[in-house]
Amino acid sequence: MKKQTLIIASLFVLVLLFVGGSYLYKNADHSVSSEKTSALVRPHAYVLGNPNAKTTIVEFFDPACGTCKSFYPFVKNILKQNPDTLKLVLRYAPFHTDSYYVVAMIEAARLQGKYLEALEVIYKYQDKWASHGTPNIGLIWGFLPEVGIDIDTLKNDMKKPEIDALIKQDIADTKTLGVNATPEFFVNGKPLVKFGKQELEDLIKSEL
Amino acid sequence: MNQTQTCSNTLFTLLFFAWIVSMVATLGSLFFSEIMMFPPCVMCWYQRICMYPLSVIFLVALFSNDTHVFKYAMPLVLIGLFFAIYHNLLYFGIVPETLAPCSQGVSCTSDYINWFGFVTIQFLSLVAFALIFITLIFIKPKAS
Repeated sequence: MKKQTLIIASLFVLVLLFVGGSYLYKNADHSVSSEKTSALVRPHAYVLGNPNAKTTIVEFFDPACGTCKSFYPFVKNILKQNPDTLKLVLRYAPFHTDSYYVVAMIEAARLQGKYLEALEVIYKYQDKWASHGTPNIGLIWGFLPEVGIDIDTLKNDMKKPEIDALIKQDIADTKTLGVNATPEFFVNGKPLVKFGKQELEDLIKSEL
Repeated sequence: MNQTQTCSNTLFTLLFFAWIVSMVATLGSLFFSEIMMFPPCVMCWYQRICMYPLSVIFLVALFSNDTHVFKYAMPLVLIGLFFAIYHNLLYFGIVPETLAPCSQGVSCTSDYINWFGFVTIQFLSLVAFALIFITLIFIKPKAS
């Protein structure tokens, strides 16, 4: 074979492999495999929306993550539009420094019946306490009483071993499921392959 | 005549091999970032900067049968190899990550792939740079 022909043929094969591979990857079934589905929803996870809904959105988030904050009202709005058929399961992926403690605060607030209130207030002031590089979670103590959370009780509850166990379980599940960025969404076990608000909405609609 | 013929054939084979390795590395890394949507870390970018031009340099050298390719390919390979070795040392914790410019954004020590327990992306990069390095060493005497 002539050298030039060999080079061009190889180039062609390589590009073809790339394009073909992309096509196959995009059309492949990326659903969470059955042995891993238990890692998606745990009984301890907070559920928003109709608990018996047939479509389940699982969101892994980090309270210090800006993109998670911007997705929160968006997902909540979709939930509002489909109150009977959708539920959102909130899971933690505390990847940022000190996010573990922020998650513990949210879980402790849950014991006071103020889960969403705590989460929303923490998101609301995210710019203040999670300014880039140097999170200052001490500031959160000042924001939580705004929604009627008792800080002394909260500080005691945060130390509870079941909260620690819950967070560790969520972290272990992020590893099992290969969650390496936040927010990560799974709709009925199908991950969001291409990230984006429109893509998420499309995925949810296809599963409704 | 026959001597030069054999010589140029060996050069072609070596160059062709180096080119294939650089092409696979280039397309493979693009597949990871653009198709599988793995965000590349800082270290990966430095290695990409060295690897991507190699796929073009070797292609041009192949077509023009250029015996001087060693000179202009080797610096890129050495820089890339340096970052690949450093990245693997980071990954295995031999160099602490705090010293690396990776603490923000994507961590240089997170696993996106892990085949058979040791094949990670940074391992693949190291193998690619090492293969090209060795091939170039063989190309050098042919060039002189």
